[in-house]
Amino acid sequence: MFDFLDSGQYDVLGAFWVTVQLTLYSAVGSLIWGTVLAGMRVSPVPLLRGFGTAYVNLVRNTPLTLLVIGCSLGLSQTLGINLGGDTFKETGFRLAVLGLIAYTGTFVCEALRSGINTVPVGQAEAARALGLSFFQVLTLIVLPQAFRAVVAPLANVLIALTKNTTVAATIGVAEAALLMKEMMENEAQALFAVFAIFALGFVLLTLPTGLFLGWVAKRVAVKR
Amino acid sequence: MTSVLYDAPGPKAKVRNWIYSGIFVVLFALVMWWALSLMAEKGQLAADKWTPFVTDSQVWTTYLIPGLLETLKAGALAMVIALPLGAVLGIGRLSDHAWVRGPVGTWVEFFRAIPVLMLMLFSSALYSPQFMDVPSDTRPFWAVVTGLVLYNSAVIAEIVRAGVLSLPRGQTDAAKAIGMRKGQTMAYVLIPQAVTAMLPALVSQLVVILKDTALGGALLGFAELLSMNRQISANYSNTIATLFVIALIYIVVNFALTSLASQLEGRLRKSKKGTGAVLGAEEIDDPVPGANTAAGA
Repeated sequence: MFDFLDSGQYDVLGAFWVTVQLTLYSAVGSLIWGTVLAGMRVSPVPLLRGFGTAYVNLVRNTPLTLLVIGCSLGLSQTLGINLGGDTFKETGFRLAVLGLIAYTGTFVCEALRSGINTVPVGQAEAARALGLSFFQVLTLIVLPQAFRAVVAPLANVLIALTKNTTVAATIGVAEAALLMKEMMENEAQALFAVFAIFALGFVLLTLPTGLFLGWVAKRVAVKR
Repeated sequence: MTSVLYDAPGPKAKVRNWIYSGIFVVLFALVMWWALSLMAEKGQLAADKWTPFVTDSQVWTTYLIPGLLETLKAGALAMVIALPLGAVLGIGRLSDHAWVRGPVGTWVEFFRAIPVLMLMLFSSALYSPQFMDVPSDTRPFWAVVTGLVLYNSAVIAEIVRAGVLSLPRGQTDAAKAIGMRKGQTMAYVLIPQAVTAMLPALVSQLVVILKDTALGGALLGFAELLSMNRQISANYSNTIATLFVIALIYIVVNFALTSLASQLEGRLRKSKKGTGAVLGAEEIDDPVPGANTAAGA
């Protein structure tokens, strides 16, 4: 039943490795971008607040597929921005990461913002009473506590991101979903076996992440 | 309005805020100028790329509106099928019998762990001539709907479960005290209240479904809104303008739904009737988690 795996024609592990890489780069990027956005959305400067709110509302309501395809068709093919990628493969990967960061950053931002709300008012008030500036209040007092409160929601975002990397298949990045599509077309008689392999791959990627980060979340949560 | 994070701005802070605003405006303008000049250089700002959306009504009647209708049709149908299915799965997961709870739990966790795109691809292959032979003109539509139903019924199951669990324990206790059986408690006491609590979460799930239909257009040849981009830009070679307009349509539709969800949530939170239990739009996000962490609201 699984004999098509022996032909050496399909690099299943390689495809999942691309999925993992997509996830890791996008996770780091969207964590940074999301934190910046959250900082903007709570900042004392009205213009920055407005930009943050507008960005989050616009991007969150756009399909990720459109963002990724927009990166490929719009940025790369029409405007010639290839993000320093030399080959088609490299460019596609970077464009997919860009789209994923733009999209996932908004979810990180919203998770962090709700985390900021869990920090008791007294913390920020005490910090202000000591004369700390907004930037100091945010980075020294509020965000460290907020991050500890949002490990669980951020874990959900990370798991969603892992699954969302499959969208990169729409611009031809050779990750798991694209290989599955190809295998389903070529090995139609083994449809269920192919699906089982890839489903198992994703369960193996997402389940341990959820369990591990759930454990971390319990450990680091601020007991109030 | 002030936040707890900073004091009401005094004269100095006001000046500082103006400076920050100024820096931001300059940076933003630079980025916009760079982007626009690049677009101009590639001829993407030329009027004939953008005017078709205003002057040529055919762009709307042949492509955009039929595409949007397909998107809405697939999304609505998926939601209508996934709702009862999700309700059954959610209630099954709350069952007192391990032989119901176990398999249902596994089913739900399995389908939540798999990307919806893979479910669509699988359904599409399943509907091919070798297996079920769904006519090729409707195959993409049914593949998209099936994928969405499989994934979202699992997500809705979690929403239902979280909705029931969000109700105060006193509700179950009171139902038991007046002699209701388990089924009665669920049907007459818990579910009716949970439905109200779940509404915001369900509306925002609909947004997720609508966004996911775009996957079918990109990989399965489903003629939904995003896939119209190819046909319009083939006529006018205006990729960027078309993507822009399509994005705008998605944003308008989804933003309306998102606002509805948060309005419902606000209404429910303030409402004096009921238990005040509510499942926020953000609490069960599109993204769903492994374990039971996200559920218990």
